[in-house]
Amino acid sequence: MPRVDGRPKTTGEFNYSSDLSAAGMLWGHTARSQHAHARIVEIDISQALAMPGVHAVLTHEDVPGRKTYGLEHPDQPVLAFERVRYFGEAVALVAAEHPEQARRAAEKIRVEYEPLPPITDPERAEAADPLHPGGNLLRRLTIRHGDPDAPGDVTVSGFYEVGSQDQAFLGPESGLAVPDGEGGIDIYVATQWLHVDREQVAPCLDLPEDQVRIHLAGVGGAFGGREDLSMQIHGAMLALQTGRPVKIVYNRQESFVGHIHRHPARIWAEHRATRAGEVVCVRMRILLDGGAYASSSTAVVSNAASFACGPYKIDNALIDCAGVYTNNPPCGAMRGFGAVQTCFAAEAQMDKLAAALGIDPVELRLLNALAPGDTLPTGQVIEGSLPVAETIRRAAAMTPPQPEELPRDPIRLPGGAGNVTRGEGIRRGVGFAVGFKNICYSEGFDDYCAARVELSAKGSAVVHCAAAEVGQGVTNVILQVARTELGTREVRLAPTTTATVGSAGSASASRMTWMAAGAVRDACRAAKEELERTGSDVDIERIYRHARTTPLDPETGQLTGERAHVAFACAAMRVVVEVDIELGLTRVVWVGTAQDVGKAINPEAVHGQIEGGTAQGLGLALMEEIQTRDGLITNASFTDYLIPTALDMPPVVSELVEDPEPDAPYGAKGVGEPPTVVSTAAILSALRDATGLELNRVPVRPDDIALPAGD
Amino acid sequence: MRISLTVNGEPREADVWPGESLLFALREGLGLPGSKNACEQGECGSCSVLLDGDLVCSCLVLAAQADGHEVVTVEGLARNGDLHPVQEAFVEAGAVQCGFCTPGLVVAAVDLLARSPDPSDDEIREALSGNLCRCTGYAKIFDAVRLAAGRL
Repeated sequence: MPRVDGRPKTTGEFNYSSDLSAAGMLWGHTARSQHAHARIVEIDISQALAMPGVHAVLTHEDVPGRKTYGLEHPDQPVLAFERVRYFGEAVALVAAEHPEQARRAAEKIRVEYEPLPPITDPERAEAADPLHPGGNLLRRLTIRHGDPDAPGDVTVSGFYEVGSQDQAFLGPESGLAVPDGEGGIDIYVATQWLHVDREQVAPCLDLPEDQVRIHLAGVGGAFGGREDLSMQIHGAMLALQTGRPVKIVYNRQESFVGHIHRHPARIWAEHRATRAGEVVCVRMRILLDGGAYASSSTAVVSNAASFACGPYKIDNALIDCAGVYTNNPPCGAMRGFGAVQTCFAAEAQMDKLAAALGIDPVELRLLNALAPGDTLPTGQVIEGSLPVAETIRRAAAMTPPQPEELPRDPIRLPGGAGNVTRGEGIRRGVGFAVGFKNICYSEGFDDYCAARVELSAKGSAVVHCAAAEVGQGVTNVILQVARTELGTREVRLAPTTTATVGSAGSASASRMTWMAAGAVRDACRAAKEELERTGSDVDIERIYRHARTTPLDPETGQLTGERAHVAFACAAMRVVVEVDIELGLTRVVWVGTAQDVGKAINPEAVHGQIEGGTAQGLGLALMEEIQTRDGLITNASFTDYLIPTALDMPPVVSELVEDPEPDAPYGAKGVGEPPTVVSTAAILSALRDATGLELNRVPVRPDDIALPAGD
Repeated sequence: MRISLTVNGEPREADVWPGESLLFALREGLGLPGSKNACEQGECGSCSVLLDGDLVCSCLVLAAQADGHEVVTVEGLARNGDLHPVQEAFVEAGAVQCGFCTPGLVVAAVDLLARSPDPSDDEIREALSGNLCRCTGYAKIFDAVRLAAGRL
């Protein structure tokens, strides 16, 4: 079934959140802090208010209700009061007739700051002055498993560092807030979870939830970066204040400072193994820089710790993972969610171990591969599907292309588009990595998805489900399930909104296909039964829940119930790179990957997720990093923050390993994240093979290769 | 100031301010939001249009510079409700995910195939390297261009 939104997206008719307009609409703009850490002495809006076209200028004093919000802890001010804690923090709002008027008026807002020393080193954060009342430790999770002092015949250790990656979705944060004339508000916005937006917006506006309606506008990519609020409360405040629709569209610079990023990480790892290659013990310390506000950091800590060892059976482990507050840009959800950082470290360790033991790296991974029935370091026994060994074998069996002869077209050389070499400094390398992570929300979160089906006696149906279509294709999944269950093609998906159906949960954690398929399936089956029983039109809502989870013990990191995570998915990847060791430039030549998908409901979309997820992992490996100086972002543009282009991407050959997940509707696992988890690690493995260098930090910079290679 | 230009074959007029980009004029003044606003500094190609037949980033062209000229946007490619073969191929090949880059890529691909009806893989990659896509990893976009080339 081709994408139902494919056609309007190619013609330009598809309405993204930045394309909306309404009669009498004003434009909003957000004034932001230029300091990473400062006390606010005074805010003077008088000049801004007097600027032409300006209808409102608002500060924290105008927030109608609760002054803070947040996904897990309401620690983030709607508009800064008392102090600012990061560069780009929202301080004031303007609504004006024209966006340029709003921008210029925002420049006239005078904020007197008293700069404070920024906390930028996460290793010093816990001991520094507290940025929040509870101190600077967001969460520490220590997992103790077996005997953490268990010795091995061979020990390898390393320090690894991951830079902060940006989601860099192309559609900027944007939306339209429309007052309903009765005190309530309609917000049309690009988001990942409508109902959790409403849960955060309503108390800040001091409105009951039924007076706040969130409607999904076209989403130009998400990747975790739209889990947190952007313009929702701001637009609503301006609209309620002026009585007119207000549109806010970030530009790219504002987008870079206006949303959370992937946590930068520092990881110290030690692996101990027997001569025969059995990994006996893993010890790891993980430090995640959460930046100024919590966002979803505590869950990222859990994930980084839970998947720190990789998909291997490890009987003894000590994993210490902490997330801290600093004055760096806030971090939260990004595709891979904590597992990306630890996979990079753990897989580098597995390669090191293979070299130390003289065992083939793929063999070493197969020797230790996790399987159903095995126990994770948290004490959770793997139930259901997790075909790690088969996934490794399938990826390892893929044949990379032969090296291409020189001379060749410079476009196929590292740095080729710049025509800077004829290829004399090229070294080829082949790498391999395996990664895994959880599917669905974890640790006791009461996660569910609602779907409502209106089924007419004539057989046509309208499905309501608030699952956010962010580009991943969940619209097709919903229609496919409904058409299959109801046995008719006459099915329409109603607009995605909080107004007509319960929460779908987030388009996150590789959970949306699983959850929406479950809810839509259950609602369709119930509607069909009801129609058969009564013979008249039916309108039924059903809620789907996955198996219950419980939190990990804060002291030991061990299970407190049957499971902390619902299910798991893995991916294995083989990569060929060519590195010009004189220039330090890399060309990824080929990627072959096998991924555990449960069951592919829509294979084309699954391959698309694998290709796109691999591109984001390639970006983290080779070029993507939010750079800061004293907490200030210095590369907030696509000129300075590079993402992979058509010239950077190799062919990605992907094979699907289908081993249906018994608990998942139709056996389907989420597929979006595993390729991003594994690809950074796999590319680095190939780079090390090509250069012989340790390369313990991503993204790898040309200097990291060219300078040591030139010694 | 007032400008007159031809957009998708029709004569149009718009009131613009001196610093306004052609992209803003198209999206907000002329009711054509198909050209997208992803970076507004000429790095991502999402706003690609044809100006007198040349592929340009409409964010880097002042609206005033388009006065008296001819612009074709993504909205001008389908004919009488029939998709342009490039648009059709994008849908068929699965080259669309979030789709925010799609209008710009479609226009860039139409431009490429007009210049080079049977492009090599390297030519396709180079021609589209000014258009960022964050979702697809580009593979299915290349498939779409090859598919369209075979049909044009």
